[in-house]
Amino acid sequence: MTALFSFEDVVLDADGRRILDGITATIADQGITCLMGPSGSGKSTLLRLCNRLEVPTSGRVLFRDRDVAELDPLVHRRTVGMVFQRPTPFPGTVRDNLRVAAPDATEQEMRDALGRAALESDMLDRVADDLSGGEQQRMCLARSLMARPEVLLMDEPTSALDPRATEVLEGLAETLAHERGVPIVWVSHDPEQVARLADSCLVLDQGRVVEVRG
Amino acid sequence: MSGQGAIGWGGLLASLTLVAVAVGLSAWRRLGLERTMLWACARALGQLLLVGYALAALLDEDAPVAAAWAWVVGMVLFAAITVRRRAPEVPDALRLALLATGASAVLSLGVVFGAGIYEPTPRAIIPIAGMMVGNSISGTVTACRRVIGELADHRDEVEARLALGQPSSEAGRPYLRAALRVALTGQIESTKAVGLVFLPGAMTGLILAGADPVEAVLVQAAVMFLILGCVATNATVVGLGLSRRLFTPDHRLRPLPRAAG
Repeated sequence: MTALFSFEDVVLDADGRRILDGITATIADQGITCLMGPSGSGKSTLLRLCNRLEVPTSGRVLFRDRDVAELDPLVHRRTVGMVFQRPTPFPGTVRDNLRVAAPDATEQEMRDALGRAALESDMLDRVADDLSGGEQQRMCLARSLMARPEVLLMDEPTSALDPRATEVLEGLAETLAHERGVPIVWVSHDPEQVARLADSCLVLDQGRVVEVRG
Repeated sequence: MSGQGAIGWGGLLASLTLVAVAVGLSAWRRLGLERTMLWACARALGQLLLVGYALAALLDEDAPVAAAWAWVVGMVLFAAITVRRRAPEVPDALRLALLATGASAVLSLGVVFGAGIYEPTPRAIIPIAGMMVGNSISGTVTACRRVIGELADHRDEVEARLALGQPSSEAGRPYLRAALRVALTGQIESTKAVGLVFLPGAMTGLILAGADPVEAVLVQAAVMFLILGCVATNATVVGLGLSRRLFTPDHRLRPLPRAAG
């Protein structure tokens, strides 16, 4: 099977520091792959390379065998959606937020996206800033889903959430990956969460892959 | 000097008693500002005298208009250097400020002389350009700093927009808008408060020189409108130019510098 992402001797330097130090690895095109490691190990940077929010200093990142550097970044980012560590609601209502991802979306499409993120469909008129942290993060997931991504990148999406909200988001990720066929790359520093979620896992430390599981 | 508004050297010396009062107050309250104030006044006097003698030559009836335009070019250059010095963290500040100040000078002077508000004589070109360019400096510096500040403060949001496939121009737009709003608010407030809270320089000068107050008001209103247009043009050009430089061609937000001081 073609790898979802392949990293070929990827090095990334920033601010005079080596963040990634010659990463060579692949991520499977199915299920949930976790990137695990302590703070500063380079896992979030590796994730950001996948949708070109960062570019490597040297080496290549391939998406389904195509060099990410040669893809149109705007098209690629809609193919590879991303949910960030902290919720990033934009000013305005939930509807305004969803329309940033899909300006021409119908009411029904927006309600469907909210449903896939386990949110009530009558939330469209609520002010995004007024939602709880868990609701905001799920709204961000719904917003990403509005672009109909083929892949989801999730950068420690539960780090700011309580256990109940974490459980809900993990359940949504499992449904997306296993029932809807959307492969997910999930960054986590929590071994218990990785044990719950991961179909495969890359363990990073000091900018290197030190272990591959699954 | 002659005319009703002339104060002569004696008047100037008399006005220095107010500096003495300020210095005295500083010494009494131990503010430690005496030397700074004296130096500021001496420097201002020296600069103004130099400018005064230069203007006397430039405004001479036989002086060529080209010399006045050359003076304007010098003002634009000096303004750009001032912007770069005040906002050293801004990438490519000199070129951006030159572009913005140049564009607003061309626009505002084009309106003033193209619409026949004034004749393009050295006596009109130099003071009008001075007011336009001078008033634009602080707006330009504020615009530069706020564009960087807004994008840095909302980095997560900007990257979330980019991650949704928005091009950088679109992803940065709400933050550019917020920055320009801040940069222009000062000038808009000044425009609103003029006449009620303070009497601006041009009008005061004309009244002191014996002009009809209504005529002075008309001149002042025209000047205020021109300054507002000039500041808005300057801030917009510099804001758009800077926001383009803060993103890479492949729509990534660059690491952002921190404001100095």
